[in-house]
Amino acid sequence: MTKKKKIIATASLAGCFGCHMSFLDIDERILNLIELVEFNKSPINDIKKFTKHCDIGIIEGGCCNDENVHVLKEFRKNCDILISLGECAIMGGLPAMRNGIPLKECLEEAYINGPTVKDVNPQKIIPFDPDIPKILNKVYPCHEIVKIDYFLPGCPPRADLIWNALYALVTGNELLIPYEVFKYD
Amino acid sequence: MGNTINAVIKKYNGDETRLMDILLDIQTELGYISDWTIEQISKALDIPAVEIIQTLSFYHFFHREPKGKYTIYLNDSVVSNFNGKDEVKKAFEEEAGIKFGQVTPDGLIGLFETSCIGMSDQEPAALINEQPFPSLTPEKAKKIIRMMKDGKSIEDIKGNKYGEGNNSHYLMRSLVNNNIQERGPVIFSDYTPGEAIKKIVKELSSTDIIEEIKKSYLRGRGGAGFPTGLKWEIARKAQGDIKYIFCNADEGEPGTFKDRVILTELPKLVFEGMVIAGYAVGAKYGILYLRNEYRYMRDYLEHVLQEMRDDGLLGKFIGGKKGFDFDIRIQCGAGAYVCGEESALIESAEGKRGEPRDRPPFPVESGYLNKPTVVNNVETFCTAVKIILYGSEWYNRMGTKESRGTKVLSVSGDCERPGIYEVEWGFSVNDILRKAGAKTHEILAVQVGGPSGSCISEKEFGRVLAYEDLATGGSLIIIGKKRNLIKDVVLNFQHFFMEESCGSCVPCRVLTVVYKKIIEKIVRGEGKSSDIENLQKWSVYMKNNRCGLGQTATNPTITAIKNFKYLFDESVKNNSESFNTSFNEDEAVKEYIEIFNKK
Ligand SMILES: Cc1cc2nc3c(=O)[nH]c(=O)nc-3n(C[C@H](O)[C@H](O)[C@H](O)COP(=O)(O)O)c2cc1C
Ligand code: SF4
Ligand code: SF4
Ligand code: FES
Repeated sequence: MTKKKKIIATASLAGCFGCHMSFLDIDERILNLIELVEFNKSPINDIKKFTKHCDIGIIEGGCCNDENVHVLKEFRKNCDILISLGECAIMGGLPAMRNGIPLKECLEEAYINGPTVKDVNPQKIIPFDPDIPKILNKVYPCHEIVKIDYFLPGCPPRADLIWNALYALVTGNELLIPYEVFKYD
Repeated sequence: MGNTINAVIKKYNGDETRLMDILLDIQTELGYISDWTIEQISKALDIPAVEIIQTLSFYHFFHREPKGKYTIYLNDSVVSNFNGKDEVKKAFEEEAGIKFGQVTPDGLIGLFETSCIGMSDQEPAALINEQPFPSLTPEKAKKIIRMMKDGKSIEDIKGNKYGEGNNSHYLMRSLVNNNIQERGPVIFSDYTPGEAIKKIVKELSSTDIIEEIKKSYLRGRGGAGFPTGLKWEIARKAQGDIKYIFCNADEGEPGTFKDRVILTELPKLVFEGMVIAGYAVGAKYGILYLRNEYRYMRDYLEHVLQEMRDDGLLGKFIGGKKGFDFDIRIQCGAGAYVCGEESALIESAEGKRGEPRDRPPFPVESGYLNKPTVVNNVETFCTAVKIILYGSEWYNRMGTKESRGTKVLSVSGDCERPGIYEVEWGFSVNDILRKAGAKTHEILAVQVGGPSGSCISEKEFGRVLAYEDLATGGSLIIIGKKRNLIKDVVLNFQHFFMEESCGSCVPCRVLTVVYKKIIEKIVRGEGKSSDIENLQKWSVYMKNNRCGLGQTATNPTITAIKNFKYLFDESVKNNSESFNTSFNEDEAVKEYIEIFNKK
């Protein structure tokens, strides 16, 4: 086993946190994991800023606003290996369903016309402020913005797939992908 | 309208395998195939409407909406672009007041683009209501539109400066020129129609013919180079009461136009070759599959067939011999490159989508209507006639060991004398460049064998064109140093393959799009060196495709990278590997900011 622990960072961009939840589904293996790695910036430990250069960055979700883009680029700068985790990071996923609809229509549906908002927003306000992230014209998969080294598919990917992949990457062993870990039905 | 439809269907005896002809004829009469028309055909043929739509939607010259009283298809081929297509396009647009892809509001004029129409020696060219208009200029384009607005007929618009040779025949009256630059000893040598038929009737049995063709080592001229004698022999031995001979005149490989010229000047030689094949194989029916782009020759070719019937060279008792019956019909395509693949060609002739079949069984065992079928190229049939007339020994004296005889080449691009050259096999690329008046120091590359062939550089101009070295279906596109190879050539070809993939196989359907997009990205200056690596790496998956289109569809890129790596490297050298240069954050948030600025 390597002496120096590998350092991992994770982020959820335009995702539902389901991929992070699946990550936690590795259950007691999380104890093995912290033997092998150290976490840096991640919602798992609530470290908000990179404090050192990392070996592996794990990204959930694609980019729907400019803040997502900034975080993703920061990850690229601070991590040697970047992984797109889950359908949203890989292809845009559910959020990308808006890509066929003009942005203006999306915003109006979300803030003015939608059945859950139409009676509570009489002034018809769509939030716009320098302090809130700007929405992109469409949702981008991560690899359209930065180089992604590995892709772990699934919505969410199975805990076993995440574990096997991380374990292989950290130890340098072969990645095991038995059928049960990689089937989607 | 209903009458027109019924009359056409009656003409084809309500035979659903003639759906292509039915649709083509109805479209000629009515301008397009409406949903109502589909319903009428469906009822009359007693087949579901979706079956008609399936066929209809496959071919790009069929339309389900009006495409204008005058429909202009401007050629988007590489050479057309070299020769000023963009200016011609702009002139059409300006004068018609619409963009390409649109029809004028009054329904008068429709402007569209199309893949290579087989006129690379006289570009830019367009098809207007199926009539070719070669060598266009912006001035000519404007004049054409003005005449359309004045309600002139296509014949008036064409004028009377018809091309040389049979192009001026009263049944063709086409503006196309042959541009035969060199006549060789096999195809373009002296020929008297019927002589070969007379000879076989007198002295040769079917096996004699096959033996003679085998001894000549004739290989198919459609690209794959399969031994013709062997093909005929297998078909002769194949089980089947009825057999068919197909002549493949689909000629869709961009940059190739030799079959156009052969069919114009030597149609009887082609048909006589089919008769001989019929005699050798035991077939009584022949079909000439003519690409839609050459439909302007149809009336003329029908007339030639009738002349041959009148002369006893077709029909019953050919050459006066009892039991020697053979007749030919012409099947027109409707715009699909993949239909040149022999099994797709057969599917198409059966009235279906032109999707290649799984093989085996091969067409020689089970082809048209599941009967043994020989498919040969136009030039192959012509060559066979001459071999029967003058013997295999005569033929074997020409060419090289693996490639006997001559080859008709289509030469186009940056040279002084584009056109047709019939030369003995064994010539080098340099020989052809010299003949065509291309100055070697001004030449960047030569595309040999069309997009599915290879793009070679000066280093390889000494190579010999023959099966033992650089095999070719016979087209050479000469690319000058002033061209932007990646943009003007590679991108155009990848776009072509993307458009023409039939979509059956996943690698072909998906990677043709991916390759085009990556090349586009490189042309925009946003490529990365990993893009180039991926382009090289991924082409192996194309070998798993069902037909030759998919198997060769990444060749434009692969061979250009192989021989012009420096051009690719140069275009990606400033781009970071880690960040995607195509993503521009300011552009991506512009729409959002504009929504609020407008308020
Ligand atoms: C995509 C594709 C397009 C083709 N186009 C043509 C064509 O236009 N003309 C032709 O003769 N052969 C074409 N071929 C080759 C035919 O499948 C077939 O091999 C040929 O017609 C056989 O005739 P030959 O033995 O005389 O060459 C094409 C093949 C493929 C895969
Ligand atoms: S991939 Fe699925 S689980 Fe993961 S963030 Fe997207 S929607 Fe959630
Ligand atoms: S390789 Fe391409 S063109 Fe050929 S059958 Fe497959 S999808 Fe169709
Ligand atoms: S691949 Fe799209 S749902 Fe499975």
